[in-house]
Amino acid sequence: MIAPLISFSHVSKSFDGGRVQAVDDVSLDVAEGEFLAIVGGSGSGKTTLLRLANRLIEPSTGSITVAGEDVTSVDPIGLRRRIGYVFQSGGLFPHMSVADNIGITPRLLGIPSDEISARVDELLDLVRLDRTHHRDRFPHELSGGQRQRVGVARALAARPRIVLMDEPFGALDPLTRDALGDDYRALHKQLGLTTIMITHDMTEAILLADRVAVMRSGKLLAEGTPTDLSQSDDPYVGELLGTPRRQAARLQMLLPKDDGGGAA
Amino acid sequence: MSLFTDPRWSEALGHLPDYLGNHVRVSVTALALGLAISLPLAIVARNRPVLRGALLGLASIVQTVPGLALLALFYPLLLALAALSLQWFGAGFSAFGFLPSVLALALYSMLPVLRNTITGLDGVDAALTEAAQGVGMTPQQSLFMVELPLALPVMMAGIRTSAVWVIGTATLSTPIGQTSLGNYIFAGLQTQNWVFVLFGCFAAALLALAVDQLLALIETGIRLRQRVRTAIGALGIAALVVATLVRSLSYSGLRVVVGAKTFSEQYVLAALMAQRLQAAGLPATTREGLGSNVIYDALGSGDIDVYVDYSGTLWANQFHHTDVKPREELLGILKDTLAKASITLFGELGFANAYALVMPRRKAEALGIKSIADLASHTSTMTMAADYEFFSRPEWAGLQKAYGIAFRAQRQMQPDFMYAAVASGEVDVIAGYTSDGLIAKYDLVVLDDPKYAIPPYDAIMLLAPKRGNDQALRAALQPLLGRIDIATMREANLRAAGNDATSSPDVVARWLWEKIGRK
Ligand SMILES: Nc1ncnc2c1ncn2[C@@H]1O[C@H](COP(=O)(O)OP(=O)(O)OP(=O)(O)O)[C@@H](O)[C@H]1O
Ligand SMILES: [Mg+2]
Repeated sequence: MIAPLISFSHVSKSFDGGRVQAVDDVSLDVAEGEFLAIVGGSGSGKTTLLRLANRLIEPSTGSITVAGEDVTSVDPIGLRRRIGYVFQSGGLFPHMSVADNIGITPRLLGIPSDEISARVDELLDLVRLDRTHHRDRFPHELSGGQRQRVGVARALAARPRIVLMDEPFGALDPLTRDALGDDYRALHKQLGLTTIMITHDMTEAILLADRVAVMRSGKLLAEGTPTDLSQSDDPYVGELLGTPRRQAARLQMLLPKDDGGGAA
Repeated sequence: MSLFTDPRWSEALGHLPDYLGNHVRVSVTALALGLAISLPLAIVARNRPVLRGALLGLASIVQTVPGLALLALFYPLLLALAALSLQWFGAGFSAFGFLPSVLALALYSMLPVLRNTITGLDGVDAALTEAAQGVGMTPQQSLFMVELPLALPVMMAGIRTSAVWVIGTATLSTPIGQTSLGNYIFAGLQTQNWVFVLFGCFAAALLALAVDQLLALIETGIRLRQRVRTAIGALGIAALVVATLVRSLSYSGLRVVVGAKTFSEQYVLAALMAQRLQAAGLPATTREGLGSNVIYDALGSGDIDVYVDYSGTLWANQFHHTDVKPREELLGILKDTLAKASITLFGELGFANAYALVMPRRKAEALGIKSIADLASHTSTMTMAADYEFFSRPEWAGLQKAYGIAFRAQRQMQPDFMYAAVASGEVDVIAGYTSDGLIAKYDLVVLDDPKYAIPPYDAIMLLAPKRGNDQALRAALQPLLGRIDIATMREANLRAAGNDATSSPDVVARWLWEKIGRK
């Protein structure tokens, strides 16, 4: 088996002098080109795990490697510029225009501004924002969903191989969310990205990801393909899978004329 | 004469380019220096709780020192430094006027900038600093690209507060020799020229208001991301600075600078000397409202060229003699001592302005008091008033020792109010000045000093080292020596104490010249 691109090995992270165990002995490998979704309840340690991967925080114990290198032994600035990150709260800079927000990492890398400008337009198209309308706006002039799309565009701007996304589509309407998810999924394939995406929504995880990891109280409860997970006997995993199952059943019942049968 | 047709308004207006220009120059320099120091300090201190506490504490303490005292403290400090630098590097600098004012005001400006910069940076959302890290910024990039721009509105509010404080406090730099809008206020208070006082206050307030509004424009421009507002504000500030500087710089040059202390007799004499110099074709300007301790050093270092001091003041305060010598002998010793500092004692004007114990004539006659010796047995039931320095001067110690006087109570008050207070019976005795016109006006008597406890206070003209051999200057001022007797000076002082257009120092000085020139 080829070496994983991202690897967590017995990683724990505690806060406040050990009183909060945010991540508890997690071991997890993500292969190159893989799309991994992390699901779990609020406070289960998902964001903490993601922040460890690009060294926004350092593990209390255990080690993390990216492309075979221990993250604590590489320059964290360079590491972060190579990894795209979508923040849970958006994290857009309120004093910069949409274009400046998207182009920030290329600018830090010293890429010429005309190149950045072209790249910004490309990304605006990609996240379905109107170039002329949105380019020069400021974040407070956008809707919540538009802001999230700018966040995704910013993460992709410097053409990273790895993208870490913390609930990137949470504030979108179902239609856009679906479309953007599909678009991203296509992009992930086309560019050969390696993606870790945090989501609360098991349905979204199943539809987009190759593999799903379930976290609870800082621990990795289960991980595998949707098929693997459906065979898990863990009650919490079963509960999480219950929602998409019920939704599918109800949809079948409520929308009988839907051409679902043909596709099956 | 109505308030608006008073010619003193136009006289005040005439001084405006000079005073305003200097005021802006000293304020802007101080503010720039204050910013240059406080901004980096705030940035360094914000994540270091101990340093941060120490800095904010220190800045708060500085703030509690009254502005006047802070400014006054910097003068001797710099004087000592200048002497050291002369000794070590062979080059001194002027500890007078601009430099001490700028340093004191810069120190004064620091607290709001420090506090608001730290608060502003603290207020930046932690999610945004994490995002800055996450997109790959170094700590410096995060500071300059994210944290400072976001903290800027709060920082600007601090800068505005500082600017208003500095512009207001800069009026207090007049006594240490920096021309400012305070010149109107100090001169006005001393010569009871309320037009000047009002003019100075309004000018300073308007300047502060204008600068505050321009900075506010920049602040809202930054906050609302409206470049036009920011640009207009910045242009306004730049225009103000340029406009005032161009006018005031043309004012400096090789003029003779006549110094004056902080009371109206000094204003009149300085105006008189300046008029004589100008009449002789020497461009002259006055530097008024200088503190008693500042003015002598300013002469020694050549910051001013000529002024009138009093023999007893130099004797006791400057050279720290505790004994008292007869008049001629004292002048002789002074002349030699001054010569050692290369200062020329050019000559006496003809009158003395000594401290003297003064009381209402009627009361003195009723109690049979003619001299301080007669007064001694009454003092235990009497109240005495004097100016702010008298009770700490050696003359007072001398008087107490010589006559064994001890008053029931001692009060300090503004010299101008002292005479009215003794005339009305609010106090019984005051330490007045023999040349004061109010002695005659309120029908007061000067008590004899049979034991010569108070040294003689002959008015003497002193020339700066570089002016000692200036023949043109000497010729222009020579006609004043020995010509002003005590009665003439009292009358001049009484005129200057009036509160109308004929009481300005310039007008009184012209009257004085008429009077002595005719003799
Ligand atoms: N900097 C921190 N200091 C102290 N405790 C922290 C810190 N960051 C996270 N925690 C705690 O660690 C635990 C896990 O937090 P984390 O943000 O990883 O949860 P999450 O799974 O992302 O939750 P959500 O779905 O609500 O975003 C929580 O209990 C949280 O309070
Ligand atoms: Mg989270």
